[in-house]
Amino acid sequence: MSRFGSLPRRLLHVVIVLFGITLVTFFLLRLIPGDPALAILGSSYTHARAQAIDAGLGLNRPIWSQYGLFMNRLFHGSLGFSFFYHEPATTVIVQHIPPTLFLVVYSAVLAGLISLPIGFFAGLRSGRVVDQAARVFFTLSFAMPAFWLGIILILIFSVHLPVFPISGFGSGLIGHLYYLFLPALTIALGFSTVLVRSLRVATIGTLRAEFVDTAQMKGITWSRVLRRHVFRNAVLAVVAVYGVNLAYLISGTVLVENVFSLPGLGTLLVNSVSDRDYPVVQGVTLVFAVLIVGINLLTDIVQAALDPRVGQEIGT
Amino acid sequence: MAPLLTVRDLRSYLATGQGVVRAVDGVSFTLGEAEILGIVGESGSGKSVTCRTIVGLMPSGITHISGEVIYHPHGDGSILSASQSQLQSLRGSQLAMIFQDPMTALNPVLNVGDQVIEAVQAHARLSGGQARTRAVSLLRRVGIPAPEQRMRDYPFQFSGGMLQRALIAIALASSPRLLLADEPTTSLDVIIQDQILSLLLDLQQDTGMSMILVSHDLAVISEVCDRILVMYAGQVVEEGPAADIITAPRHPYTRALLDAVPQGEQRGQLRSITGSPPSLIDVPGGCRFAPRCGLAVDECWSWETELIEIGGPGRLARCWRHDEVERSPEWQASDSA
Amino acid sequence: MSTGWAASPSELLMKAATRAAGRRRSTVRRRLTLIVGLALLGLAIAAITLAPVLVSQGPNTIDALNPLAPPLTPGHLLGTDQFGRDVLSRILYGGRIDLAIAFGATSVTLVSGTLIGLVAGYLGGRWDSVLMRIVDLFFAFPFLVLVIAIIAMLGPSIFNMFVAIWITSWVAYARIMRAQTVVAKRQQYVLAARALGYGRLRVMFRHILPNTASAVIVFSMVDAIGNIILAASLGFLGLGAQPPSPEWGTMISDGQNYILSAWWLATIPGLAIVFVGIAFSLIGDGLADLLRPGDR
Repeated sequence: MSRFGSLPRRLLHVVIVLFGITLVTFFLLRLIPGDPALAILGSSYTHARAQAIDAGLGLNRPIWSQYGLFMNRLFHGSLGFSFFYHEPATTVIVQHIPPTLFLVVYSAVLAGLISLPIGFFAGLRSGRVVDQAARVFFTLSFAMPAFWLGIILILIFSVHLPVFPISGFGSGLIGHLYYLFLPALTIALGFSTVLVRSLRVATIGTLRAEFVDTAQMKGITWSRVLRRHVFRNAVLAVVAVYGVNLAYLISGTVLVENVFSLPGLGTLLVNSVSDRDYPVVQGVTLVFAVLIVGINLLTDIVQAALDPRVGQEIGT
Repeated sequence: MAPLLTVRDLRSYLATGQGVVRAVDGVSFTLGEAEILGIVGESGSGKSVTCRTIVGLMPSGITHISGEVIYHPHGDGSILSASQSQLQSLRGSQLAMIFQDPMTALNPVLNVGDQVIEAVQAHARLSGGQARTRAVSLLRRVGIPAPEQRMRDYPFQFSGGMLQRALIAIALASSPRLLLADEPTTSLDVIIQDQILSLLLDLQQDTGMSMILVSHDLAVISEVCDRILVMYAGQVVEEGPAADIITAPRHPYTRALLDAVPQGEQRGQLRSITGSPPSLIDVPGGCRFAPRCGLAVDECWSWETELIEIGGPGRLARCWRHDEVERSPEWQASDSA
Repeated sequence: MSTGWAASPSELLMKAATRAAGRRRSTVRRRLTLIVGLALLGLAIAAITLAPVLVSQGPNTIDALNPLAPPLTPGHLLGTDQFGRDVLSRILYGGRIDLAIAFGATSVTLVSGTLIGLVAGYLGGRWDSVLMRIVDLFFAFPFLVLVIAIIAMLGPSIFNMFVAIWITSWVAYARIMRAQTVVAKRQQYVLAARALGYGRLRVMFRHILPNTASAVIVFSMVDAIGNIILAASLGFLGLGAQPPSPEWGTMISDGQNYILSAWWLATIPGLAIVFVGIAFSLIGDGLADLLRPGDR
């Protein structure tokens, strides 16, 4: 019995979304009021240079043709040419991917490690002091901007107690893990708020389910009931929330990279904005979107693996 | 008949935001070995809470319990004060329970076979293979066709009736001596209901276990049970042998329940019971059924009646006008099981 | 024969249960969350509006004699920055920008997203499909990245922040409202209204909307916090309010350079954000409890 009966349909959906992403990304550039070449060149504007830029961006063609040019380049792996770095945008972008990717995975793992035990525990002991305290704490952290939290963490753990480095990516796996701990923690803490709330509610709900009664009546230990029956069902809710909140996670990397001076996609994006390096801005946006689509797909697969009912559903 | 279970003045009060709900307010009965006891009553009468309190499934923070529940093979102490590990050893091997809605009574993310095996291994040291074999034979015994294949399926792939059979298999896995069945047929359609009831009877005769069958449906209860307990507003209002209760009810509520059951070729209006059960929070003084009772007089509203022994032992009714509860002329004694 | 005595429940049992029941009565506590939240927000709004009365210096007034003064220096309750500008004053005036975003951006997206979701959900069919495709598309982009990209094209400024938020944020509301509408369509009260011959507009606005509005209203509180943090984030990245604007995020970015010597410059604006964030959060929680009564 296949649990992934809907996979082909899902993939089709993904392709459509990817297509749409390219459309949106393409149209981003058209948002520029006035002449892009002027904006790009600024004071070094000459007619010749402007013409070169127009040709490069294909701005003197009808819009469908421009899009065709864009997609054509895309399929050849080119995201345009960076005006700032004087290199293919793809090269620049690819260089900046590893730190961001590492950070995303690191934060996701940390968030899970923090929130799963806390959320489950809070659900089991709901109403008691621990639960109330946790709720207060998470109301607080929800209102905290990620970048500010990062700065506070730096203040505490890098300045006053020199445990972690202030910035940089480090080298080698251990180096990365060390250097990226504070940034990953910053993102994970913000993300954990939602996860803990979600798991807590799911746990409370699952405890009331009748199959928990059935399990208890078998005469198995309570810890086994918690593990095999309560937790395994409550955690399903978290997987869904996890996926949905991944957008937050990605946004977090943009800010956190800035605070901790990490050479990742986020930093590239922000710098490119001030550098007026439009192709790179476009390219990074595209990459981020593709990343998210990939993560959502992964979430769906994990959900289907954990919950046999999901595999049967058609569509998302 | 040796007594298996003795319940004395069981009370289960729930502390809620609206006040104290006196869900079970002084219930006592004895259950013998190989005896089938039926508990019948409306929603909110306390019949489910009684069973759940006996096996310790009430939410601990909210529920306040008093009284005694003595499970004789376990000794003379009340199992209400049993420790967690004592309860664990009793559940499954001595006391088992099945619930109303089979769709929600099984873990949706584990396949059915694993859940039966879990029950089998709860009280026996068996290898994986042995446990699996026993699980297959249990499923076959409860009437699930092709058990080896169906074991790998998940609950959502089963029909309601099949799921209920699987639940029965789980309940019987460790050969309990007492099975509590809380509305086991209520969510099922009529044909399946009959099948499940026959199955339960069959199993009971095979194993000699005792059963407590809870239902709001008097027809279901009368088919299967040896003795009946009628509950209303948290109290027992009548008790006795099934045949007796059905042919000669001695409490107005029982009589009303009987009248509401359509009989064979009965024509004309079905008589339903007017009004609704009283609040379990602000319990009225006096007889709790008085507002809906055809025989109520002034005294009924001020005195709270106790259970009176009428006729033989084990024949009780909570009504001092029990003599006047007429025998219903239309009712025929149901076929005994 | 009646028996006279009333069966007396175990007195101890009743007492214990009553005590426990009393502890669960939390209607007042439920309202408390909402009240506290509103109070905090009211306090913030009042302080920000009355800024000229509360502080004598403007946000950009330079006090050349007192640069980098720590908090509780006489005349500068929260200290000064590297130019000697009073931090408290900057916080209060900066709050105008951030709260303007919270209210201005959120309200527009709330209304537009709700309308679109309501109509699409109600009409169903092609409209619904198209909307869902658009929603999926928007949600494929990380929110901040998309906003940054839009601002990149339009140019960094406070107004463009508003525009970027208007373009991107309505989607969340539309999604919620559409889901609510689809469910509401099948409810009794809608079927009844249609059977009575009420026109589509009337059913949508007089019947469905009032019953489903609670979800989006509660969400709007969460969104308000998000928008403030977004504005601050953009300010922090230099893509929003530009210096010397006293927007809180911009202040934090400035303050980052002085983290070793003047920690308060980066920390205090963050506390302001947290304060307002908590206010909205409490209001959101309080509203959620109020509009959907649970049992606790």
